[in-house]
Amino acid sequence: MYNLLIGGAAGQGVETTVSILQKLLKKSGYYVFTVRDFMSRVRGGHNFTLVRFGIEPILSHSEKLDGIIAMNEETVDYHIDQLKESGFILCDAKYSTQDTRAIKVDLSTVGKELGNPRVLGSITVGAILKLFGENLNYVDEVLKEFIKDKFYEVNKEAVHKGYQLVESRFSHLQGEARDYMLLSGNEALALGAIASGIRFYCAYPMSPSTSILEYLAFKGTETGIVVEQAEDEIAAINMAIGASFAGAPAMTGTSGGGFSLMVEALGLSGMAEIPLVAVDVMRPGPATGLPTRTEQSDLKFVISASQGEFPRMVIALRNHEDAFYQTTRAVYLADKYQIPVIILSDQYLGDASSTVKPYNLDYMQKLELLKEPEQKDGNYLRYRLTEDGISPRYIPGKSQNIVTADSDEHDEYGHITESGEMRTLMMDKRMKKLDQLKLELQEPDYLGPDDFDTLIIGWGSTYGPIAEAIMLLNDSEDSKYAALIFGDIYPLPDQQLKEKAAKAKRIINVEQNATGQLAALIREYTGITCTKSILKYNGRQISGEEIVHRIRKEGSYEQ
Amino acid sequence: MSNNPKSFCTFETAWCPGCGNFNILDSVKTALEDLGKKPHEVIMVAGIGQAAKLPQYIGANAFCGLHGRALPVAVAAKIANDKLTVIVDTGDGDSYGEGGNHFLHNIRRNVNITHFVHDNQIYGLTKGQASPTSLKGMVTGVQVGGNFTEPLNPVLLAIAAGAGFVARAFSGRKEHLVSIMKQAIEYDGYALVDILQPCVSFNKLNTFAYYNQRVYELDETYNRNDKSAALLKAMEVDDKIPIGVLYQEEKETFHQKNPLLQSGEPLLDRTCDIDTINKIMKEFV
Repeated sequence: MYNLLIGGAAGQGVETTVSILQKLLKKSGYYVFTVRDFMSRVRGGHNFTLVRFGIEPILSHSEKLDGIIAMNEETVDYHIDQLKESGFILCDAKYSTQDTRAIKVDLSTVGKELGNPRVLGSITVGAILKLFGENLNYVDEVLKEFIKDKFYEVNKEAVHKGYQLVESRFSHLQGEARDYMLLSGNEALALGAIASGIRFYCAYPMSPSTSILEYLAFKGTETGIVVEQAEDEIAAINMAIGASFAGAPAMTGTSGGGFSLMVEALGLSGMAEIPLVAVDVMRPGPATGLPTRTEQSDLKFVISASQGEFPRMVIALRNHEDAFYQTTRAVYLADKYQIPVIILSDQYLGDASSTVKPYNLDYMQKLELLKEPEQKDGNYLRYRLTEDGISPRYIPGKSQNIVTADSDEHDEYGHITESGEMRTLMMDKRMKKLDQLKLELQEPDYLGPDDFDTLIIGWGSTYGPIAEAIMLLNDSEDSKYAALIFGDIYPLPDQQLKEKAAKAKRIINVEQNATGQLAALIREYTGITCTKSILKYNGRQISGEEIVHRIRKEGSYEQ
Repeated sequence: MSNNPKSFCTFETAWCPGCGNFNILDSVKTALEDLGKKPHEVIMVAGIGQAAKLPQYIGANAFCGLHGRALPVAVAAKIANDKLTVIVDTGDGDSYGEGGNHFLHNIRRNVNITHFVHDNQIYGLTKGQASPTSLKGMVTGVQVGGNFTEPLNPVLLAIAAGAGFVARAFSGRKEHLVSIMKQAIEYDGYALVDILQPCVSFNKLNTFAYYNQRVYELDETYNRNDKSAALLKAMEVDDKIPIGVLYQEEKETFHQKNPLLQSGEPLLDRTCDIDTINKIMKEFV
């Protein structure tokens, strides 16, 4: 497995270079996992991307580098400490680095010869292909995908020139990911939204969730999904609710700041029992926080967001498979239980690209389209008190029945009421829906041997890093490690947790937040206490190696 | 109480005797009946407030949402199903205060909905604080030294912001109100009717007599298509207040502008077939 870092200033084309490179590597058969680290600016600064590839499936990023591809000098300075002894630096001949691992080539001269300094990235791509013993077979089709027609020829020439600049160092390895998809977490989520059957997506742009809005808008004509950019997040969620009320399955997406604005309407979805899926692609808060970076600090917020009590579900996405399948499931469950379902993703997963097997549409839970009743007696009860708390939901205008929605406490017709008796009946009816929902919760993923000492607990996008840490730890130590990684997180599925926790000598929670929010949730609902927390909240995703390192350094004491 | 699907029906209300809301409620019913609308074809949308209770009292499909958030719900319901007649019927606080941002931006969006604003220039539900349209000098439990904030002129704002149908009416002139309401409902695009209305309990300045003495109906000599004239008319708010359609213009609606909505097919009747999803997935391979 190789791990490359490609760095440069914003506006230098690092993003396009990576898009081309990762697609070429995938076409060649490699599994790829790409993580973007960028600053909240359009020009300048220091941005880099880690491209990890190999012939085994890759679950997360790594800090240890096999190569640094420097499109500016700072890239070398900032990252040289991460470079392995056997690694290389590919950079321009003019750079000052004296490191013996540097492969200095005349990138800028070649760029000038080609008459366009913007092709630096493509020259670099050519050089990397050569270094890794790849051929140029897929260059044409991939360039056509990412480069505008009028710049195609010059970029093609640039790749070929770059290919001549260096000698091969590694040999091509044949992986089996050639027919896999290569997509980001946000793209996977958007695909899930398309497959789920939503008809309306409404959002206000906010990093790192914006690419969902953009992708769905881009695909609007093909999918028929109406996408609307709202004037603010309050409008976005209320519009999603309005569309859902009128029969169009709807979704909204944002990050924590936007979600804060949506909070009141989240309760409206719960109170009026209107299906809604709201996505929170988390970034570090509070307030504006770190707009382009990652954190898992909205868990307790979304679980308790909005005044009062109402049923809701929270699903955390762990990887690019979850991003698709759990999104389709969220839409299905929101509709089935007439509740808000919140999807928690984060910048790491949202922006990271991974190779994934094309999704199997037979595996997803499909939205059951509403069967239209023809009840003509004028006594349709929108909020009928039923055994399981779920009332038949009709769509306004689709039958003669009159459909109501009320944010006030209401009777079975949906008319405002102040009756204490009705209030209790309606609260019980709404909360009862959770009883049935709990029966179809998915237990966390269990990783590791049946026989273990230490149980690591995590949720969401730390899935990959924790999975990698488990492999590293079990490879190199006598002690045995296992992990439980939560996807469904609220209501908290606790069966596996209770079983495994009972056997564990110690429990370590690994989270990208400062307070150990999952550990707190587990304590609250099960009384199980984690022995040790490994927390990270500097906006950068923890890696498998870092988890191993910190377990050895901080978590090695015995009970 | 039951929801009778056959006709717009009558419910017991929670309004004060003499409230302007009664006439507005009657007028909405009359307008809908005159236009041949059936209760199941109509969605009445409101936020929170005394006026916002109206959808509860009419027997049509009703959405009583959050304070200030009627417009986003209404436009999205219309986007979801163009076959529905969608009417926002709520107060001045809901429309111009808490919902001010949605008011501005939905004028721009121009979805084919109707917006009736019960403008009593006071907050009734919370018992008498200044609303965005309260006159200067109005003394309330909060504005204890008299309101010193400039009142908003919603019709002037709406015309300036590009609304295609802007009208003013008075709850005390029922026949006129019904006529304006019908024109607003039939207008193809976002239509605003700001309805002056006395609040008998809390607004001692803008009483029935206050409005009744000042309002005058625009007659056929007035050219409602002249924007400059409309802006001037909209600024008449003191001794004489014109009521009627201040401004009207044909504009492309949201549904006409959005290629995905031009067919008029309700969104819930559409599906994205498996072949399309598979084709989109292939683009990532």
